[in-house]
Amino acid sequence: MTDPADRSSGDTTPEATSVATPEAASPRTRPPRWWLLLGRDRGAAVAAVILGLVFLIALVGRLFIGDRAIRQDLKASLRPPSFDHGFYGLLGTDVLGRSVLARLIEAAGTTLYVAVPAVLCSLLIGSALGMWAGYHGGWRENIAMRTADVILSFPSLLIAVVVLYVFSPSALNIVLILAVARIPVYLRTARAESAELRSRLFVDAARTFGTPSRNIIYRHILPIALPTLLTVATLDFCFVMLTESSLSFLGIGIQPPDVSWGLMVAQGRQYLQTAWWIAVLPGIAIVLTTVSATVLAAWVRLATDPAQRWRLTLPKKRRGARAAVSPEVIA
Amino acid sequence: MTSFLGRRIVSSAIPLVFVVLGVFCLARLTGNPVDLYLPLSATSQQRAEFSAAHGFDDSIPVQLWDYLTQAAQFDFGTSLRTGQSAATMVLDAFPVTLQLAGVTMLLAILGALLVGSLAAYRPNSLIDRIAGLLSMIAASIPDFWFAIMGVLVFGVGLDWLPTSGTLGGAEVWVLPIATLVIRPFGVLVQVVRGSMVGALSAPYVKVARSKGAGAGRVVFGHALRNAVTPVLTVAGDLTVGLVNGAVIVETIFGWPGIGKLMIDSILQRDFAVLQAAVLITAVTIFALNILVDVCHALIDPRVRQAVPA
Repeated sequence: MTDPADRSSGDTTPEATSVATPEAASPRTRPPRWWLLLGRDRGAAVAAVILGLVFLIALVGRLFIGDRAIRQDLKASLRPPSFDHGFYGLLGTDVLGRSVLARLIEAAGTTLYVAVPAVLCSLLIGSALGMWAGYHGGWRENIAMRTADVILSFPSLLIAVVVLYVFSPSALNIVLILAVARIPVYLRTARAESAELRSRLFVDAARTFGTPSRNIIYRHILPIALPTLLTVATLDFCFVMLTESSLSFLGIGIQPPDVSWGLMVAQGRQYLQTAWWIAVLPGIAIVLTTVSATVLAAWVRLATDPAQRWRLTLPKKRRGARAAVSPEVIA
Repeated sequence: MTSFLGRRIVSSAIPLVFVVLGVFCLARLTGNPVDLYLPLSATSQQRAEFSAAHGFDDSIPVQLWDYLTQAAQFDFGTSLRTGQSAATMVLDAFPVTLQLAGVTMLLAILGALLVGSLAAYRPNSLIDRIAGLLSMIAASIPDFWFAIMGVLVFGVGLDWLPTSGTLGGAEVWVLPIATLVIRPFGVLVQVVRGSMVGALSAPYVKVARSKGAGAGRVVFGHALRNAVTPVLTVAGDLTVGLVNGAVIVETIFGWPGIGKLMIDSILQRDFAVLQAAVLITAVTIFALNILVDVCHALIDPRVRQAVPA
C-alpha cells in the first residue's frame, strides 16, 4: 500500500529517521497523537478551532440569547454595528430592530441541526449500501449504481424545490431531502473502495475461514474505507450547508420565525443599499464555517492515511499541495 | 462503437424516464390548482368545469397517459398562468439559460485547462497554490451570497455594472457569469491538475522531452491530450449542477431563463410549464451525457473496448 516514493523521501527526513533510533524502534511504534499533528498544521488547527466554536455556539448559544433573536424593537430599527448598544448591538440590528448577533447565534443552531443529521444519515446509509454493493458485485451493484445515477443525474436543487413544495418546508423535510440527495456520493465512494478490497488477500482469507459477509464488511472493509468516507463527509458538510442556505434563500428552506444563515441573507437582500450588515454578516458566517470544513477535510485525509501521515510532521513548505478528495466528489 | 453507444443510450435514458415520471407525480401532489386559480366564491359547478377543462378531474394514470400521448405529438399543454402554450414559454426561456451555461462552461474549461496545466507543471509553485486556494473557495462560497456581494460592490458601490436585468451590452453578463463560473472552474482546475501530474510523469513525456520538445509542446501537445478524459467527465457532471446555479442566478439577476421559469411555475402550480421545463432540461442533460460518452470513446479507444459486450 505504501508508495515507494513516499517511503524513500520519508526516510530521508530527520523526523522519520529519528523514529528509527534504538529506544523508539519497538516493533509497533505508536502513531503520533492526532492533536499534536493538528498543532503542527497551523491552518488546520485554526479551522478546527473555528468549527469547534461554531458547534459550541450552536449547542449552547440559544441558552444565553433568550428570545432576543425574535424580539422586535422598532425604535432600534436598522442600527449599524457599533459599541454603543451593548453586546447584542455589536453587529447592528435588522429592520424590525432584532439583534443581528443574536440572530446569527440562533441561526448557527438551525443551520447545524439541519446539516449534521443530513450528513450523518447519508454517510451511514450511503456507506452501508455502497460497501454491500461493492463487496457482493453483480446485480446488487448494478441496482445500487443505477439508483445513484438516477439521483445524481438531476439537479439536486430542483428536486428539492419540487419535494419541499409537496411536503411543506420544515427542517425535518430538508434534512430528509438533503440526505437522500447526498447518499449517491457515499454510495459511489464506498462501492469503489470495497470493490477494490474485495479481491485482497486478507478478505479472501476471511472468506475461506467462513466469515459471514456481514462481518467481513464490518471488520475488514469498513476500517480501510472509513478514512476516505470521513473525508468525503467533512467536505459534504459544506455542500449540505450551502444547499440548505440556497433553499432558505429561495424561500423554500427554513421558514420564519425560525432563522438560518441563508434566510438571513435573503431577508437582508432588500436592505442591501442602506444596511449592508444584515446580508453580509451571515454570508461571512457561512463562508468561515465551510472554508474551515474544507481545510479540515484536507487535514483529515492526511491524518487518517497511515501511508501519508508522516507528511504532517514536516514543515508546511515541504508538503506537496494536494486536493482533499478526488475533486469529482465535490462536484 | 454502435453497441457501446446503444448501451450508453439505454443506461442514460433510465434516469430521464424516472425524472419525467417523478416530476409529473410530485407536481400532482403539490395541491389542487383549482384552489389557486379560481376565486373563493367560485361555485362547485365552476370548479368542476375548470377541473374538467384542464383534465384535473381524471385519475393520475389517465392524466399521465394524456400527457404522454400529447407530448409525443409535441403538445405540452397551455400555461394556467398566461394562457400561452407551455412549449412557447419554455422555448423562449431555454436559450437564455443555454447561453449562460455555455459561456460559463467554455470559460471554466479553458481557464481550468490553462491554470491546471501550469499548476501541474510546477507543483507547489505560486500558481499551484493559487489554484489550490481557488478550488477551496469554489467548494466553500455560497453562490447566492457571492452574487449579492457582487451587486453590492460593483453595482451599488462602484456603479460599474447593472444590478439586474438582461438589457444592455456585455456588462449585464459579467456578474451572472462570474457567479456561475467559480464552482466549475475551481473543481475543474483540481481535476486538470490531478490528471496532468499523472500524465507529466508518464514515460512518453520523458521521451518527448529527451527528443527536445519544448515545454509548451510537451504540456499541451503530449500530456494534455492524455489527461483530458477525466476533465470531460467531470465537466459533464458540472454542467448538470449548473442548473442549480442557474436557478439562483436567474432569480437574483432577474434573467428570464429556464431556472426562474421552473421556480415560478412550481410556486404557482403551473403544471404544464413545469413539466415542459423539466422535460427539456432532462432531455438536454441526457443529450449531454451521450455527447460526453461519444467524445470519451473518440478520444480514448480503450473506453470503446473495455466495456464487456
